[in-house]
Amino acid sequence: MGNLEYKVLVGLEIHVQLCTQTKMFCGCALSFAEEPNSRVCPVCLGMPGSLPVMNKQAVEFAILAGMALNCQIAQFTKWDRKSYYYPDLPKNYQISQYDLPLAINGYIEIPTDNGIKKIRIIRAHLEEDAGKNLHTAGNFSLVDLNRAGTPLLEIVTEPDMNSAIEVRALAEELQRIVRYLGVSEADMQKGHMRFEPNVNLVITRAGQEFKTPIVEVKNLNSFKALENSINYEIGRQLDRFNETGEVMEMGNKSTRGWDDAKEVTVLQREKEEAHDYRYFPDPDLVPVETNEDWLIPIQERLCELPLKKRLRYVKEYGLSDYDAGVLTSERATADFFENAVKSGGEPKRVCNLLTQYFQKRANERGCNLTELGVKPQQVAALAKMLEKEEISATAAAAISDAVVLSEDLDPGKYAQEHNLLQKSDAGELEAIVEEVIKANPQAVEDFKAGGKKSGKAKGFLLGQVMQKTKGRANPKVAAEILDRKLA
Amino acid sequence: MNQLSAKELRDKIKAGEIKSVEATKAVFERIAKVEPTVGAYISIFEEQALAKAAQVDKRIAGGEKVGELAGLPVAVKDNMCTTFGTTTCASKILANFHAPYNATVVEKLLSSDAIIAGKTNLDEFAMGSSTENSGLKRTVNPWDIERVPGGSSGGSAAGLAAGLCFAALGSDTGGSIRLPASFCGVVGLKPTYGRVSRYGLVAYGSSLDQIGPVTQTVEDCALMMNVIAGYDPADSTSVDEKTAPLCDYLAKLDEPVKGLKIGIAPKFNAGADEQVRKAIDEAINTYRNLGAAIIEIDMPHFDYAIAAYYMVATAEASSNLSRYDGVHYGHRTRNPNDYIEVYTKSRAEGFGKEVKRRIMLGTYALSSGYYDAYYLKALKVRNLIRGDFVSVFEKCDCIMMPVSPTTAFKMGEKLDDPLKMYLSDIYTIAVNLAGIPGISIPCGFDDKNLPIGLQILAPAFGEENLLRIARMYEKQTDWHRKRPNLNG
Repeated sequence: MGNLEYKVLVGLEIHVQLCTQTKMFCGCALSFAEEPNSRVCPVCLGMPGSLPVMNKQAVEFAILAGMALNCQIAQFTKWDRKSYYYPDLPKNYQISQYDLPLAINGYIEIPTDNGIKKIRIIRAHLEEDAGKNLHTAGNFSLVDLNRAGTPLLEIVTEPDMNSAIEVRALAEELQRIVRYLGVSEADMQKGHMRFEPNVNLVITRAGQEFKTPIVEVKNLNSFKALENSINYEIGRQLDRFNETGEVMEMGNKSTRGWDDAKEVTVLQREKEEAHDYRYFPDPDLVPVETNEDWLIPIQERLCELPLKKRLRYVKEYGLSDYDAGVLTSERATADFFENAVKSGGEPKRVCNLLTQYFQKRANERGCNLTELGVKPQQVAALAKMLEKEEISATAAAAISDAVVLSEDLDPGKYAQEHNLLQKSDAGELEAIVEEVIKANPQAVEDFKAGGKKSGKAKGFLLGQVMQKTKGRANPKVAAEILDRKLA
Repeated sequence: MNQLSAKELRDKIKAGEIKSVEATKAVFERIAKVEPTVGAYISIFEEQALAKAAQVDKRIAGGEKVGELAGLPVAVKDNMCTTFGTTTCASKILANFHAPYNATVVEKLLSSDAIIAGKTNLDEFAMGSSTENSGLKRTVNPWDIERVPGGSSGGSAAGLAAGLCFAALGSDTGGSIRLPASFCGVVGLKPTYGRVSRYGLVAYGSSLDQIGPVTQTVEDCALMMNVIAGYDPADSTSVDEKTAPLCDYLAKLDEPVKGLKIGIAPKFNAGADEQVRKAIDEAINTYRNLGAAIIEIDMPHFDYAIAAYYMVATAEASSNLSRYDGVHYGHRTRNPNDYIEVYTKSRAEGFGKEVKRRIMLGTYALSSGYYDAYYLKALKVRNLIRGDFVSVFEKCDCIMMPVSPTTAFKMGEKLDDPLKMYLSDIYTIAVNLAGIPGISIPCGFDDKNLPIGLQILAPAFGEENLLRIARMYEKQTDWHRKRPNLNG
């Protein structure tokens, strides 16, 4: 059998943990790695008689995310109970949203090699997370309910992604978006973002289309795993189709888990069980009505999204796509950059200072660029001095180091006090050039002779000028003088 | 002292004429004497009660300010969470359950300086009309110990009628306060849905459940409402006081409602036993003699109330009771083979017959493919019933009808026929579906000396008027002063 023509279809079900102060329906703080069952109360433990109370901040975060994902925000939404028995689910029902989700019909734009692609979003709704079952040694399991009741935004996309790379691009874009909005820490390792791709292929053979059975992949806790698992599934589904010719039909969707060590997916559930979740409106909660008075202030919190920003940086500031990507990867960095530009720094120079000097310092300290204690105005001042050729690149590096150590430092004053300003004064430089010419007749001769030796000789002579000025001569001005004198 | 109403006792305690300790001791003496016969309480807190009584007495003697229910021995239905003792819901599955928090109403009782004497028996998870479904205890009717006290708040009503407390709290999902109040000859109010916080009330049918007072007099009922009513941020379905302002229910209690218009539906009343019907007619006559106008009303959808109720209540119950799984708290089966058996066996062993029946009914009603035909349809009927009440209340201030078609029936009489049992609630259930308030007040006795209750219904949040209307009758009669003749 020759190579088959095929198209990959991937849709995502995404759970984003919102970084609210408290849980979805009670006053407990969100938990990270505390002692098991220490962040719990009667409500998230599902104690008899306890009642949920909606966390308004979670709803606002979800609305904000829904707006950023270009969704319609429901004017009327409600809470439903989704019933299933599992030990990590204290009430044996999860409070979720069934037929009237908070947000519908949106899209997310992702960068691809062929430009921007829109991936449609079917819905985004809020729900509470379950706890965790801990299977330690022994003939029993333990249940930790610290996570129970944590607010989750569930986002469901159409199967609009056609490669593993596109899936990864969406995941990374979504991570940037929710971080920009400040609604999630979106750390995949910590489970703040959980992706469950639904993968299948449309294979064309002898002019006929065949759809392979859909596979839902679970247990993905890095972007790499997400990408690799899809590539693995593509190969596996092709092989399987070649072997069995099995195609998609009712009830043959299966669930496979990603084994990170072996880099394979492993069958978890053969057939999609006919789950009856017995959804019905939660009588303990009142429906949510969103009106303009509530939505407009949320809308105002919406910011320019990372991809838009990145494209704008390329177009408006002439930055490279790579640099624009680095600067827009986090909102704080982008804000810092824009503030420095607003303070008069030339964008490209500000970009270079940030990506070259300050990013390195931040990396050394294991912190964010914006946590270095540097002010955008200081970076702008440095950029201005560079632009006016008042300082050399070496001097800029030295001043940057000083700026990192002191928030109040004025880069201009510092350069002056530490003799870091370049000598651009032609008169002063001319005397030095004159001295150098006199002291190096051989080099002057080589220079005048032209040819290969000439360039080398010029470099040598300029080096001598720099040495005499302790590196503070403006190399451009010095070269001009030299050229003129030896012409 | 046992002849005093709660309000009278409270006033005397506050005035220093009677010590709370004396009153509390008297209650426990009475409990020692007749509780073995009545079986009203699942748990009693004698030591704790006497200590609190002594503390209240001391504060009164010291001239300190004390709460509305200062020193008053009261009882709480055992489906309201308390940090002390157990909260069993009369179910084996929660027989040893210790709640980690107090229900809002319990907090309110405690901060009003009430003395909680004990927690009363009920039909398991409040599912029943006779208290015979209790998985832990048998409660009898103090007027005839061969008969049921009504349910599900049977322990609260029987205990109060037997003098084992001065006032009590019950909960009412389909008549569970009003029916036992009627069978035991006491006053029982189901407030408007949302008027009293449900936080800490173990849920049966969440959209129907409401806590309310079981008291000796209408005045006591107003006193209790002053304590328990109000918005609670912990209960999203409790109504804020801007939407429905609270009032002092005692303030105007003795002012008769002027130009009172009473709605009656002879069609319904016709379904009641003759002696019940006669008592209701006479009660309405009393109002007529006070100048009230009697208007005939029609409620076209009333007949569907029981059917709709048993869909809505059981659907919610099937979900509410899914948390009793043997995993987190409550009864767990011994030696399960796997976690599925933890669920199935713990539940099979822990729940009684009626609870299982309702869980199955509700699960079925919510199942995919049946949801629209059952649950959704029931919700539509519910809206129609609500609409019936709204249009009726445009014409009258209140509606009067029996609480139940019969007086207290014999133990076991309806136990094997659930449908017959369900029909005991035919007059009370629509009120819960509509969310409006309803009160049961004593209005006579049948020839077996069994109490009969008059039910009065008012528009949503019309408790103030409702209590005033009930009080008008109470002042004309002394049914509420009758006590059963119980000798331990």
